[in-house]
Amino acid sequence: MMDFDEALEQFDPALGLEVHVELNTATKMFCGCPAAFGGEPNTHVCPTCLGLPGSMPVVNGKAVESAIRIGLALNCSIAEWCRFARKNYFYPDMPKNFQTSQYDEPIAFDGYLDVDVEGETFRVEIERAHMEEDTGKSTHVGGTTGRIHGAEYSLVDYNRAGIPLIEIVTRPIVGAGVKAPLVARAYVQQLRDLILALGVSEARMDQGNLRADVNLSLAPKGSDRLGTRSETKNVNSFRSVERAVRYEISRHAAILAAGDAVVQETRHWHEDTGITTSGREKSDAEDYRYFPEPDLVPVAPSAQWVEELRGTLPENPTAKRARLQAEWGFSDLEMRDTVGAGALGLVEETITAGAAPQAARKWWLSELARRANEEGVELSDLAITPAQVARIQALVDEGKVNDKLARQVFDGVLAGEGEPDAVVEARGLAIVSDDGALSAAVDDAIAANPDVAEKIRGGKVAAAGALIGAVMKQMRGQADAGRVRELILEKLGAGEG
Amino acid sequence: MSDITRDEVAHLADLARIDLSEAEIDKLAPQLAVILEAIDSIADVATDDIPPTSHAVPLTNVFREDVVRPGLTAEQALAGAPATEDQRFLVPRILGED
Amino acid sequence: MSDLTRRSAAELAAALADGETSSVALTRAHLDRIAAVDGAVHAYLHVDAEGALAAARESDERRARGESASRLDGVPIAVKDVLTTVGMPTTCGSRILEGWVPPYDATVVARLRAGGLPLLGKTNMDEFAMGSSTEHSAYGPTHNPWDLERIPGGSGGGSAAAVSAFAAPLALGTDTGGSIRQPAAVTGSVGVKPTYGGISRYGLVAMANSLDQVGPVTRTVLDAALLHELIGGHDPLDSTSIDQPVPDVVGAAEQGATGDLRGLRVGVVKELTGEGYQAGVQQRFDETVALLVEAGAEVVEVSCPHFVHALAAYYLIMPSEASSNLARFDAMRYGLRVEPEGVEAPSAEEVMRATRDAGFGDEVKRRIILGTYALSSGYYDAYYGRAQQIRTLISRDFAAAFEQADVLVSPTAPTTAFKLGEKLDDPLAMYLNDLATIPANLAGVPGISVPAGLADGLPVGFQVLAPALADDRVYRVGAAVETALTGRWGGPLLDQAPALPTTEVAR
Repeated sequence: MMDFDEALEQFDPALGLEVHVELNTATKMFCGCPAAFGGEPNTHVCPTCLGLPGSMPVVNGKAVESAIRIGLALNCSIAEWCRFARKNYFYPDMPKNFQTSQYDEPIAFDGYLDVDVEGETFRVEIERAHMEEDTGKSTHVGGTTGRIHGAEYSLVDYNRAGIPLIEIVTRPIVGAGVKAPLVARAYVQQLRDLILALGVSEARMDQGNLRADVNLSLAPKGSDRLGTRSETKNVNSFRSVERAVRYEISRHAAILAAGDAVVQETRHWHEDTGITTSGREKSDAEDYRYFPEPDLVPVAPSAQWVEELRGTLPENPTAKRARLQAEWGFSDLEMRDTVGAGALGLVEETITAGAAPQAARKWWLSELARRANEEGVELSDLAITPAQVARIQALVDEGKVNDKLARQVFDGVLAGEGEPDAVVEARGLAIVSDDGALSAAVDDAIAANPDVAEKIRGGKVAAAGALIGAVMKQMRGQADAGRVRELILEKLGAGEG
Repeated sequence: MSDITRDEVAHLADLARIDLSEAEIDKLAPQLAVILEAIDSIADVATDDIPPTSHAVPLTNVFREDVVRPGLTAEQALAGAPATEDQRFLVPRILGED
Repeated sequence: MSDLTRRSAAELAAALADGETSSVALTRAHLDRIAAVDGAVHAYLHVDAEGALAAARESDERRARGESASRLDGVPIAVKDVLTTVGMPTTCGSRILEGWVPPYDATVVARLRAGGLPLLGKTNMDEFAMGSSTEHSAYGPTHNPWDLERIPGGSGGGSAAAVSAFAAPLALGTDTGGSIRQPAAVTGSVGVKPTYGGISRYGLVAMANSLDQVGPVTRTVLDAALLHELIGGHDPLDSTSIDQPVPDVVGAAEQGATGDLRGLRVGVVKELTGEGYQAGVQQRFDETVALLVEAGAEVVEVSCPHFVHALAAYYLIMPSEASSNLARFDAMRYGLRVEPEGVEAPSAEEVMRATRDAGFGDEVKRRIILGTYALSSGYYDAYYGRAQQIRTLISRDFAAAFEQADVLVSPTAPTTAFKLGEKLDDPLAMYLNDLATIPANLAGVPGISVPAGLADGLPVGFQVLAPALADDRVYRVGAAVETALTGRWGGPLLDQAPALPTTEVAR
């Protein structure tokens, strides 16, 4: 491994990203089985998605619509005429031993996505977006639990087989230099935001709705040739995308610097150790024998249909960011941090749910970002919704809890104890607003601290802090500090001017 | 173009996942050579400006509504399986991962 | 009651409608006939006496209520073993699918059931429909009822032999390069390959998806039309199915039977006659063309120069598609699973290889390897791509020929039935059987084969081809040929077939 910065003094990285998006259609790509996640094993199946002899595919029109909308949102040209093709290779989780995909005639091609990286706009060119079907899922039994190596046998569930996927492939991204890991991360994040805005997928990386393969190669600085690339498969979080790129840059650099050749191969990303390991070597023997799927007829979207779909697109992401920043009154730095943390959508939804912009930003970027970081997960993977965050802020605004108690409400919600109000109730976190109890506590504090009380009486209002602290301590924090202050000043006959 | 060697047949059998015996390969190679020689007659027939026909009937845009249709029960799905366990298809250990 | 089996399906339907007989009686008569002759013919791979009789009883009950599910309600039928059937095995003539009972019906099978036709059983075929003789069935060959030493054609030799041995009045076949028409020709029966997309392929275990088509196998042209009408029409489960009404094939067959072909232009395809055609076959063909002239048709010679390349294009496209279609037979989800010998705890990969070697026959392996070769990178353009261009040229030849003629005609097969075993080790000679039938599959146009007489005591077929969607024309001309020739022969050609040895039926 070569130090990252040193690697980039010697080499220029070229990135390529292949992102698979699982669509949220009601049914699968080529049959009427439910495309819903999960289900009892082998219950979302029919002759077609099981690949039974004699079965035939019929294209889900809604999936084509989603594919075109994704293509348009990525500024792609939409094919006037294109076909599905068979990608032939054997694997037990693929029922027909070919994947129905698209080959040289993708539904969308030649587009781009402008991504923001630390305030700078980077244009990522999109080579193509095409439609295909997902595979089944294998569970490996025996040997080291769950690992494929050493397993005695495997069990296959075909519920996932045939779920529509859109594969989005970038052109080689060059010139990012030291920012390559950030560009990769930002691209995946902002692509996800776009997919969510289109409403075509749940786009949850932890559930595999959005899966990224990261291709990387290095070339000697100043050379315009691309080096040999590695393909790191199934990198399943934004953070991991960034880390995997960093890792591969250091790994490639060390190999090249030693005068060795990088092997063209697929690699596996290990989330726990933060490294990649060698997978399958891409040899010449790999031959998918693509040919047009004879059981499906060509897809030829009319210009009218494409224009209708263009009309349904969400706002352009760059324009949208500018609009939101203005609406929310965020500084450039605040906006950049929000986008960089992958929190734009979450903050937006929280604001939509009623929270003030700064409050929404504060919770996601401080409190929740800290927790996500501790757990090593994405913000979006935390077990809390924007609506819940907005509700907690509302409790603060209503004076039912203070910021400190609010953190305990977050604890409860994240621990699965239910909605914020239920957590407040169950944990007894509400601020005591009963003036009787509060008044008694204030009296106690005055009695216990006569010197301080005297100072306050004498007009040194600033000394009230010590008494407030004592009251809050006695109330175990469940009091509104503002009210406590009022009571103290009232009882000691001191006014605020 | 029509020459097909034993090694090529073995490679194709590998791609097609058929465990051909040496004797089968010996028999197949010359047969395929004869067939390919007959087929080679088309090499010069069509010039590049002739569009290929992949579908005999020129239909386009045949789509299905995105509406769930009843499929098979797990029992029906698994009825023909050589082996099952826990309502899943039991398959021998899988080598490598794609 | 044996005379029931000699009647046409149209006659049986009429007898049922008149109350002259019952579905149970004629289903039983056919089951008896199967029991008596199938030992010698081996047309069936599976006979479902119980299921057929149950369906027959339901049909009779319907009639008793004054209802009828279709014009053929109660007339039994045999189904080629390449179509999926609930409750009956579907093996495609292959060891790899031995005993597999599908959990779903092919659309055409569902339409038969809905029309009230009792399903007698599943008929023999070359493995995965790959062959022209039925000798490539893993379960032993079918024998030609005209001469048990000879092939019944293929791949649908079982269906053709079943109707020509009077072991079924109707059967379903499938035709990828001639598998309905060539068996019809060599067994003296009628076979129709409809327009591609005219009949649903859902549930047809594909050999070559872009060429396969389901069609009727019968003894008369009218019977074929009645069956076509029942199974045809749009199916939303087949994306290549044409969303248009079925042409009036029954009306066309009835019109043709009047024997009047005035105003019809008939094109004799120059490239599908002469050299390579057995003398007796050519003779019967020429005589039949003369009859068309007598019936008032205008006959012209047309040239389809690219037809000579049809066979080569076919033997690239078909194996390519087949190699991919047959990849699913891998011992994981259904069918045979064979563990390699001497390997402890074999991997999925090794089990796949061993199973596919043990489960597929020689011809299937030959075509899978050929198709894998034609699709592999570096060869795609030279082979598969080029073959698809030839398809375009052949379609253009058809289009030009149909400018000059309403239908095209040729002998169906270049020879009469050859002896079992004669061409088994010469794949290329076997492939030449399909010379005249393949162009129609490549272009998707409809074709019929009707009996044209005998050569050296064996049946010869006459093929009529029409433009896509004009299936009615092949019925009209086919029926006219049938009327003229049966008039001349004093009865159907099959009346001249020798009696089959029968096995005593214990009842």
